[in-house]
Amino acid sequence: MNVQQKIQKEDSMIMQKEMIAGHFENLARAGENGKKVVYTFVPGNLNELILAFDMLPVHPEVNALQSGMRKMSGDYIQEAEKFGHSEDVCAYVKCDIGMMKKGNIGPTGLPLPKPDLLLLSYTGCFTFLKWFEILKKEYDCPIVLLQVPYQAEGKITREMRDYVTRQLEEVVVPALEKVSGKKFDPDRLKEMLALSAQAEDLLVEVWNSAKNKPSPIDAYFGGVFYIGPIFTAFRGLPECVDYYKALKAEVNYRIKNKLGPVTPEGELNDQKYRIVVEGPPSWPNFRDFWKILTDEGVVMVASTYTKVGGLFEDGFRHDPDRPLESLGEYCMGCYTNHSLPARVDILEKYIKDFSADGFMIHSIKSCNSFSAGQLLIMSELEKRTGKAGVFIESDLVDPRYFSAANIKNRLESYFQMIETKRAGA
Amino acid sequence: MDRCYIGIDLGSTTTKAVFIDNQERVLGRGITNSRSNYELACQIAREEAEINARFALLGQHLEQSKHVGKHSSSLLKWLTCYYHLAQYLRQLETLRSECLGVRKHWNSPEAEAEKFTQALSYIFSEMEREVYDEFDPEKRSESDFFRDLASSAYMRLAEQVSMERGLSFGRLVGLFDGAILRTEGHSFAGDYEEYLEFARTKTIQAPCFAPFSDDITEAVAATISTTFNVVNTVGTGYGRLTLPFAKQQIRSEILCHGLGAHFMFPGTRTVLDIGGQDTKAIQVNKEGIVTAFQMNDRCAAGCGRYLGYIADEMNMGVHQLGPLAMKSSKTVRINSTCTVFAGAELRERLALGEAREDILAGLHRAIILRAMSLLARSGGVTNEFTFTGGVARNEAATTVLKKLVIENYGDMVINIGHDSIYTGAIGAALFARRDPRGVMADVEISKLKTKKKAPDKMTGAGM
Repeated sequence: MNVQQKIQKEDSMIMQKEMIAGHFENLARAGENGKKVVYTFVPGNLNELILAFDMLPVHPEVNALQSGMRKMSGDYIQEAEKFGHSEDVCAYVKCDIGMMKKGNIGPTGLPLPKPDLLLLSYTGCFTFLKWFEILKKEYDCPIVLLQVPYQAEGKITREMRDYVTRQLEEVVVPALEKVSGKKFDPDRLKEMLALSAQAEDLLVEVWNSAKNKPSPIDAYFGGVFYIGPIFTAFRGLPECVDYYKALKAEVNYRIKNKLGPVTPEGELNDQKYRIVVEGPPSWPNFRDFWKILTDEGVVMVASTYTKVGGLFEDGFRHDPDRPLESLGEYCMGCYTNHSLPARVDILEKYIKDFSADGFMIHSIKSCNSFSAGQLLIMSELEKRTGKAGVFIESDLVDPRYFSAANIKNRLESYFQMIETKRAGA
Repeated sequence: MDRCYIGIDLGSTTTKAVFIDNQERVLGRGITNSRSNYELACQIAREEAEINARFALLGQHLEQSKHVGKHSSSLLKWLTCYYHLAQYLRQLETLRSECLGVRKHWNSPEAEAEKFTQALSYIFSEMEREVYDEFDPEKRSESDFFRDLASSAYMRLAEQVSMERGLSFGRLVGLFDGAILRTEGHSFAGDYEEYLEFARTKTIQAPCFAPFSDDITEAVAATISTTFNVVNTVGTGYGRLTLPFAKQQIRSEILCHGLGAHFMFPGTRTVLDIGGQDTKAIQVNKEGIVTAFQMNDRCAAGCGRYLGYIADEMNMGVHQLGPLAMKSSKTVRINSTCTVFAGAELRERLALGEAREDILAGLHRAIILRAMSLLARSGGVTNEFTFTGGVARNEAATTVLKKLVIENYGDMVINIGHDSIYTGAIGAALFARRDPRGVMADVEISKLKTKKKAPDKMTGAGM
């Protein structure tokens, strides 16, 4: 790797780091700046709507995963357990509650503001309901629920669309008006949605760049580390579009020069295995987990966890001409709102479209709603694609469930299996 | 000896080694307990495999001998048995001096300590006397680990002595525990020529073999002079990363078990391996290449160690569990969620008056039920099924497994070979034979000998 490439790569990383740090600084100063704060979840987040009311979003699960990466989650989880949350409760929830009980200091070391509103805009994960019920008790603040119908049949119907749009009009917008003290400005929302659509176009191009060989990105580790995060808190803002333009230029440079992504272990140009991933990473062991795979020459070419915040590859975009309706469609289209058969279809498409050698499923101890059915997904994918999968188990942010030796053992066996199959023994 | 290849499987409980030749014929197998020292375990297993290969050659020499002819197999049995007797006596002597060594470090009054010294003297002379019965070529079918044999004899005698002489049984056990670990730190295979000579002398003393004295001497000499030209070695198993091998000489145990099982039973499509601390359900294709697998995760309940723990709880040897469970007339249901909880449940059941054999039958069933779940997760059993690993030697486990496999997947061929514990090592040896890249194995193997005097005579050229 020469200096020029290294600097070029660092540009997007530095840019995203500064943007995120700026966001947390704004949050820390929300009180003094008179900004209202909305706690909301990543899947189905109504970022543009929140920003249109000049409010700031806080994403509790992002804080939890950041605590995981900073190796704070173990303490936070134990703190939450002291308050009676059982071992089997979602580790994101316990991590968030533990962080709050220990002073609510955010990922960048600055204090997080209390919520002025809890906006629950996605309920496919039933834990989210309970999570906000707990936060409501803790903060004694208003809560608003947007019920998002589950895509049980694998499609969004007219009724589903109308149902969500009406809730937005009749419940969510009035709640935001009330808490912010501002009148809803549809034109402002439309401007933001137009910017969102631009960012979405660019993001899809970045994800699709992994179809190249070598892949210029790691669509899982890199995906959650620096490609995806900007999308959540900044969607609808011009700087979000700027970020993805810069990233896209970097990716184009890498494609042109046949370069792989930059990983913590250096540039991964010698890519032996192209893998699709289902399930979130183990955040407290993010770096070790990535290294185990980098050492084997593995590049992740597509992942579903990066689509929890929205699926755009099939053409859906936020639409300024249908503002509330397209926001509702966005909520219903998130990966986690899809049925098991639809998830199998999505993964099958990834394996084929991205010429993957196989796939990895990371099953989460403390998340039944996402992990249930993953063995079925695995056998179905093996049947449909003829590619073998590997199944590993640990947790999102609970470090007690990550057994590096066992995971390494399994992954090594898996890649040796692929290698042996290729060689025909 | 023509080119040969070694596979070493470093399991959490036992370490296995297998020698194969250029035509992929198995020359010899060796096994030892893994202790906490993988390097030593690896060296000993390899030496045992080499001895085993030499005995196979000895058998061929005897068979080819004009005079011996049809007597060759019984003659080989005698020679093998006496060979192991010689080695056992050497090990016993070491254990005795290690026990005395541990005793010397006590701070007890001299008179008190002397009583223990005398007790040890009695115990070991009895053990030595009894061992000739144990190693009777007409009765003995296979060899056990030194630890198991010595431990059961020592404990029995120590209990007797402690009662007769009013000595603390616990302290006698403490002497053994300290000494056995030190004894296992020695490799005893290096003096194999001496043991063979002992075996030869004792065998030709038997009137039935006396007429073949010259043939035996000739065959033994030819066996001793054979050298093994080891071209490549591959390591696998739980401890494989501790081996000083290059990356390409280390293969996952899943691949090795798959290939090994397919080699032993070519029709195999599903393999279940229950090892010391993991259980693997493996699907292989018609070439023996793994196509899918599942392993136990987060918890080792349902693995071999589960049985080891239960054996400790019941104050029995792990090899005695299966035979006792087979005597069961009814199965007691025991949970398999946690090894430690199963121990508590075991005590509860004993307190309730359940028979030991019935509880053990329940424990064996609990292990196999866990394995059945893994098999289902890996894709089920669709064709010929092979059971490998240490637990495959346990008849109680295999009986339940056969029943459950047939119940769940219908009638099919179920292979459970006596040598299934070597499956992983055989797979590793096959990878050593088939992998064109590894040619410098001898260098790595030689490193393993640095801690102990190199048994030069047995290694010969190329080893």
